[in-house]
Amino acid sequence: MEKRVTFKGVWLPLLLVLPQLVITAVFFFYPAGQAVWQSLFIPDPFGLSMQWVGLGNFEYLLSDPYYRASFVTTAVFSVLVTVVSMGVALVLAVLADRLIKGSGAYRTLLIWPYAVAPAVAGVLWMFMFNTRVGVVTWYLGQLGYDWNHVLNGTEAMGLVVVASAWGRISYNFLFFLAGLQAIPRSVIEAAAIDGARFWTRFRTIVWPLLSPTTFFLLVVNIIYAFFETFGVIHTITAGGPQQSTTILVYKVYADGFVGQDLGSSAAQSVILLVVVSILTIVQFKFVERRVHY
Amino acid sequence: MASLTLENVRKSFGPTEVIHGVDIDVKDGEFIVIVGPSGCGKSTLLRMVAGLETVTSGTVSIDGRVVNGVEPMDRDIAMVFQNYALYPHMSVFDNMAYGLKIAKTPKPEIEARVAQAAKMLQLEPYLQRRPRELSGGQRQRVAMGRAIVRKPAVFLFDEPLSNLDAKLRVQMRLEIKTLQRDLGVTSLYVTHDQVEAMTLADRMIVMNGGVADQIGAPLEVYANPQTAFVAGFIGSPPTNFLAPAMLGQSGDGQIGIRPEHVRLAPSGQLTARAAYSEALGAETLVHLRGPNGGLLTVRQDAGEPIPEEGAEVSLDWDVDREMRFGPDGRRA
Ligand SMILES: Nc1ncnc2c1ncn2[C@@H]1O[C@H](COP(=O)(O)OP(=O)(O)OP(=O)(O)O)[C@@H](O)[C@H]1O
Ligand SMILES: [Mg+2]
Repeated sequence: MEKRVTFKGVWLPLLLVLPQLVITAVFFFYPAGQAVWQSLFIPDPFGLSMQWVGLGNFEYLLSDPYYRASFVTTAVFSVLVTVVSMGVALVLAVLADRLIKGSGAYRTLLIWPYAVAPAVAGVLWMFMFNTRVGVVTWYLGQLGYDWNHVLNGTEAMGLVVVASAWGRISYNFLFFLAGLQAIPRSVIEAAAIDGARFWTRFRTIVWPLLSPTTFFLLVVNIIYAFFETFGVIHTITAGGPQQSTTILVYKVYADGFVGQDLGSSAAQSVILLVVVSILTIVQFKFVERRVHY
Repeated sequence: MASLTLENVRKSFGPTEVIHGVDIDVKDGEFIVIVGPSGCGKSTLLRMVAGLETVTSGTVSIDGRVVNGVEPMDRDIAMVFQNYALYPHMSVFDNMAYGLKIAKTPKPEIEARVAQAAKMLQLEPYLQRRPRELSGGQRQRVAMGRAIVRKPAVFLFDEPLSNLDAKLRVQMRLEIKTLQRDLGVTSLYVTHDQVEAMTLADRMIVMNGGVADQIGAPLEVYANPQTAFVAGFIGSPPTNFLAPAMLGQSGDGQIGIRPEHVRLAPSGQLTARAAYSEALGAETLVHLRGPNGGLLTVRQDAGEPIPEEGAEVSLDWDVDREMRFGPDGRRA
């Protein structure tokens, strides 16, 4: 049975996808093309002329210790955000899955943070951890811990990770919960009768059957950590202290818009473009053979 | 191997009680079949025995030990589910070995036991396949294999054959019966198919709306139903029910008479109009409209003359074949 809506002719379908195509062209292909083009030049300090340097910008970048440091920062940051947000989401989803009564309310509450824009979330966390007026800082002070993420790079990293992961938990939770509920109850029951207690069941049945969801979320969360955390970092640390939270996407902004080094910034964009392309390809390859058991 | 006892077992989901006090006593090695219409609580009862559902009141004991608060894994039971509930990401071998691995059985013994079960169930060529690469009947056998390798004290089956086609069902029915005889494991088997119940059971339990209406050997239940419900549910085509008034008698119960005990005769106790007939080869079912418009069925040999549609005929039977039920549906 053909369930899909089919359109006859060429013009109507074209018309219907046109807005999407135009938006993609204007806001993605055009700037991306421009970034590739600009990455091959160095503009003079006044922006009046451009000098062709070929791959010079890339060569310079890859030998720049700051840029390489930013790569490491990004890796640490992405891994932490992904692990924290997925880990917490999984625990909550497992708990919600076991809950029968009141799971609706529980679910709704867990979804709320997703509606908060990253920049707003950043401001929220910034206030809570503000070194002078922050509530959490004050309590930590009472416990004898002197919180100061403005000076301490590790604390700064911790804070942006938590702030970025927080908004992400809702999203991951929804997917994990859907994944868990797609596992037939009787399979879990069969395992219980076969002698498997909660942890054994989780390790040998639930986790393997959840792996398509986990993999999907892994890719999506890494992409999120790479790009969409800009707002959080910008509001909380602005990449500091001493670049300890300058992830790649923040460096594009810092070098391009603040440092006015447009050639280098464009080259960095191109590198990011390549990274996200690879991630996307990996994901699509995987989605194609999603049912792997 | 063990006995299984249910004493006044009740189950409520929230405010609604779905099992209203069931007593069952299963002897060691016995094959008990629970049969009843959809929604009467068969699965719920079985799941309480398995420990997948809490018991609201009453006791479930396995081999004399009350297991009400015991987790499923500590009850020494195995269960075959209607949808088989195989582990989709494991091979047939791993599916069967799963319980043994968890019990930390030595590897050579696991292999020996799985091999033996696979041989018994003709699964040897498929041990390395995933469940989705098997046919329905093969999956069913894997589910059986998973149950038998663990050598549990009690087997529980929840409509294990209902997803198979008619021919395969007959074949698997026989295999289950043979297997259970050979292994001698106490079994509780749930089905809504009365033929399965009749052929498999040592004793069967007919359930009706959360109550065990009758417990007994299949033929005894057939011959001697204790309630009108049992008389109507067991037997195909079903028992004919008549009001005493139709026979010029007083009283307000029902009279049941099985189709094979009624015959068309030149003169009889009741006249009816032939509606249609079904010739099944060895036998013919003649359906008639009784005086009050209700359908009656007569089962006769293929050689007997078949009345024409619309013809007025007389029905006769031996009075001692009549089953009389009181107004409460119980045998009078
Ligand atoms: N989890 C539950 N919550 C509430 N009511 C339930 C639950 N499980 C079963 N019931 C109710 O209990 C009754 C018995 O259900 P059960 O599944 O035991 O029927 P069954 O005899 O196995 O039927 P079937 O032949 O269709 O499988 C039904 O009326 C059903 O609606
Ligand atoms: Mg059922």
